[in-house]
Order: sequence, then structure tokens, then C-alpha cells
Amino acid sequence: MIAASVPVQRPADAKLLVIDPRQRISHLPRASFVELLRPNDLVVANDAATLPASLQGMHVRTEIQVEVRLAGRRSLNVDDVTHFDAIIFGEGDFRTPTEQRASPPTLLPGDRIRLGPLRAVIERLLDHPRLVSLEFAGTPGEIWSGLARHGRPIQYAHVATPLALWDVWTSHAALPVAFEPPSAGFPLNWRVRADIRARGAKFATLTHAAGISSTGDPELDRKLPFDEPYYIPRSTAEELRIGKACGGRVIAIGTTVVRALEHAASLRAVVEGGFGIASQRIGPQSALRAVDAILSGVHEPGTSHYELLRAFVDNDTLERASGELEAHGYKTHEFGDSVLVERSAVKDRGESNTSMRRGTVRAAG
Amino acid sequence: MSIPLESPEAGSNPDLRVAITGGTSGLGLALVREWRARGARVAFVARNRGRVERTAAQEGAFGIVGDVSQKDEIYPIATQMLGSLGGLDVLVNNASSLGPTPLALLGDTDCEDFAEAIATNLLGPFRLTKALLGALAASAREGRGSVVLNISSDAAVTPYPRWGAYGASKAALLHMSRIWHAELMPDGIRVLALDPGDMDTPLHALAVPDSDPAELLRPEVAAARLADAIAAELAAKRSASAPLAPQGSEA
Repeated sequence: MIAASVPVQRPADAKLLVIDPRQRISHLPRASFVELLRPNDLVVANDAATLPASLQGMHVRTEIQVEVRLAGRRSLNVDDVTHFDAIIFGEGDFRTPTEQRASPPTLLPGDRIRLGPLRAVIERLLDHPRLVSLEFAGTPGEIWSGLARHGRPIQYAHVATPLALWDVWTSHAALPVAFEPPSAGFPLNWRVRADIRARGAKFATLTHAAGISSTGDPELDRKLPFDEPYYIPRSTAEELRIGKACGGRVIAIGTTVVRALEHAASLRAVVEGGFGIASQRIGPQSALRAVDAILSGVHEPGTSHYELLRAFVDNDTLERASGELEAHGYKTHEFGDSVLVERSAVKDRGESNTSMRRGTVRAAG
Repeated sequence: MSIPLESPEAGSNPDLRVAITGGTSGLGLALVREWRARGARVAFVARNRGRVERTAAQEGAFGIVGDVSQKDEIYPIATQMLGSLGGLDVLVNNASSLGPTPLALLGDTDCEDFAEAIATNLLGPFRLTKALLGALAASAREGRGSVVLNISSDAAVTPYPRWGAYGASKAALLHMSRIWHAELMPDGIRVLALDPGDMDTPLHALAVPDSDPAELLRPEVAAARLADAIAAELAAKRSASAPLAPQGSEA
């Protein structure tokens, strides 16, 4: 499929592939998404703003230039910005596809990395020679200032122009905790939210620290998604309860919303407000407890995003959808087209009736 | 409209998150102090690093070095405000530029000075508010209430000679506030433009060098009134009673 290469959040010709509960496929202009909503439906988006998580700098011991991409954080606490998990690339920048990027020098615990005004030390390696735990020096204020002034949004080679934060913040962006944009939310703007209200549906948000979507390294990509902290406001939990009681559907905007809501729903029968860490993988074996439909970008087979869609519909349907996406020239990646997948009423029960891998679910912190 | 003298609610706001532009002098500094005294978490932005660091240390607020008139600085400023406060309930667009100093007749005003007044007094508040609107809406959805306060002036409504750049930019800010107020009503965000009155501030001294400070409002008095007005708005939001009318509204 073709990668969307222009950083426009709402191209006028954006397309939407819809898979309905009977696993039938149709095509619509994406602008008519709202017309698919019914009264009492609840649209839930991830309001994480995107961090400038790409930091250019120097590995001090070898004096080799590196790019650090922040990729994980243990909590959403505003003062907890000293420790990040990060992936380190060698010389070069986003213009070189990640698959072809130079390796960083050998990384050792205790190595210092200078990133513009920021100073960091590698605490330890995380089961991979390029995946490390970093500790930043300074007060939380100095770290926020350094990130804001020196960092750039993470981006990939398929978008030629350097991205600015305004390219990647959704119109509902609130807390800067995402490492890559929760781009499924790009189609939503203030006008769309007014249209959602006008249809008698509702809009709510949660905050999920969306991690890196791919690294260009197959071994690292197999570890994705990392554990991701999230926060569900009490008001959103209340809207979920009301929506369910009134027979409305829960429409998740993006995979991160599915991950957060399903994690919360795996802990208790009713989703409650509060903090948690989504650690589960969602795939064909996962039973969906909270989410009825997902609006998402166009993802290729093999990615964790695609695997998540297999919780909604069976494999044959997804394969048919992939064929249609290809045939109709849908664009992939952050600034591409969208799919709306509603949970199948006819999905093969033999495939989906086992429960989520509870062994990997951690208690909400 | 001047803000009322009577304070409906002067209580403390311990969980309030407030961001203020132009926070190292005049009304902005007084607002930082007022909200810190009320227990709020406060972030402020100003251009001079030394003054930002001094004010941050003295007031226990989060200081950001930046210039709201510069487009490229808006997102770094917004990132630091949201990152340090963990969200936002109140944004005060206070930083202002007079345009030419000494004040000049419009015919004598350099285009560059006029543009600077527009950049600081209108474009900056537009861009920063837009970048923070998602966070303000999140706050409103959570039932915390959320308010944008744009600092206005009687020069926004009265055509004083020699106040052309400042007056025109403040008039536009007032009108933008009224439109945004109407548009954001369903989202629970209030956008107010309030005129604190003539104050004894560095900006006023630049504009009217021979004025008598004794006849001017002390900025800390204006700051307390504004904080009261915001507290009343937030309380109105929580109890769903009638809000204050913004400056220039028909109500």
C-alpha cells in the first residue's frame, strides 16, 4: 500500500473503509464518519499530546552522533520525567528509513549522552543492544524545558518534510505523554465534535502514553507495544456506564484507546476511572469487554495494530479488507486513510472465546 | 466592563492549574503571586531568562522562557505548561505590547511596531489558546471548569488618539474572545476579556510617563479581583448557575 507522505491531518479526499457487524465491507468518504453514529454512542479518543521525543546528540565516550527516541515511561506523573526507556539510533536522521539506519556505538551502563541542553546516563540495557533505560539530569522543569526546546517529533522517512509539533498534536491534545501521535484522532476536529453532539452521541477522552509503532528492527518490533501507562477520567468512566445502560456503542478512536479500555475492563466488571498500565497484547484470542468498534488508521498485516483488529473480526474478513484497501488505493501511516471496524456479531466463536492473556495483566497503579 | 469590586468567592483554589503569559512584571507577576497565595499550581512565560528564573524561585511557580509573539515558540511553551502542570484549568493571556513607544499617532506608527502589537496582543493569544484548547476542554469534561482570560483594556472600545496599534489589537482580541466564548460554550470553556483598569505597571509607565502612580490601581488589587472573577466562573461552572457576562457582551 502507499504511505501517506504529506502531513495533513484531514485531507479533503480521505477515505474510510467500514466493516459492519455482519463483516460486510463498504467504502465512504471519511468526512461522513459522523453519519454512522447513533444516539447514545460514545466516541472515546486518546487526548495524549505528542512529545518531541526525537533527540539528536552525542554518545560522549565514543564521540559518535546518535539519535535518541524516547519510547516509554513508567507513569504519567508530571514530575516523573527523570527516567525514560529509549531506542538509540546511530548517525543520521529520519530521512534514512529506520531499516537502513546506522547502528549506535556499543552502549554500556553508565555511558553519558549529551542531547542539546539535556544530559542523560544509560542506566541499563533492556534485553536489546539499542533499547536502554535513560536517566536525565536536572529538575523536572529543566528536563521539560530541554525536551520542549531541543526535541522534535519522531517521524519516518515516508514524510519528507520535517514535522513540527503542530503537525502531530490532535485538536483534542491535552497531556504531552505520547511518544508518537495517536493519529487515529487526526480526523476529529472541533467541527466533528459538534457534529457528534448534534447526532445525540457523546465524546469522551482518556490519556494513554502511546508508544513507538515501529523501530525498523524486527527483533525490537516483536517487543511492541511496550507497557503503556494510561489514565481514565472518572467522567469518562461515567459516560461509559451511561452509554452502555442506554444501549449505545463504544467507538474507540485508535488502538491505544482499545488497549486502555480493555485493560481496565479486564480488572473489574465495570470500567472505573484512574491510572493503570496497559501491558496486554490484543489479538485474535482476545475477548472485547468494553469496546464495540474502532476507528483506526490503515495498518499492514504483521504489525501489532493489525493484530489488534483481529479481536474485532475474523481473519478472512481482514484479508478481504486488505485486498479492498489495496484495490482502492488507500494510504497507510499517520496521515493516511482510515478504517472503522465494528465488533463482529458472527465472528467464529471457536477463535475468540478464550479470555485475554490475564497472566500479563498488571494491577492498576 | 470593569470587573466587580465585590468578590463572590475569594477562597483558596488548591487543585487549580493556571498558566499566565507575561508573568515577571506588572499585572502578570501580581497574578502569579495571587494564585500561588491561593495554593494553585502556576506556570508562567516571559522573555527574559534571568527574570523568569528569579520569579520562579521566589514564587514557587514553574517558569518558562519564551516569546508568545513568535509562532515557533508556541508549542514549546504549551508543552512546558501542560507537562509541568499536568493539564490546564485557567489560561491568562496577559503579555501585551504597546506598539510604538512613546505612543504615536497612527499616521506616524511604523508598520513594524503595528505588526508587533498585533503579534503579541492578538496572534500570540490566538495561537497559544488554540494549542491549549484540547487540555482546557479535557478539564471542562472532567467537571473542573475551564476559563481563558484575555486581559483587555478600555482602549479596546474607546478610540483614544495615539493608542492606535494597542487599541486596534486589543479590540480584535476582545472580539475574538467573544466569538470563542460563543463557540466553546457547549464544550464548557469560558473565554473572557476583562479590563482590569489603569494600573501602576511598567507598561502604563511607558505609555503615560507623567501619570501619578497614586491615582492608579495597584496591580495586586487588580490581580485579586481577577482571581475572584475566575473563581466565580469556576464555581458557576460547578454549580451550573449563570456565568458572568464577558466584556462587551449584550447581556
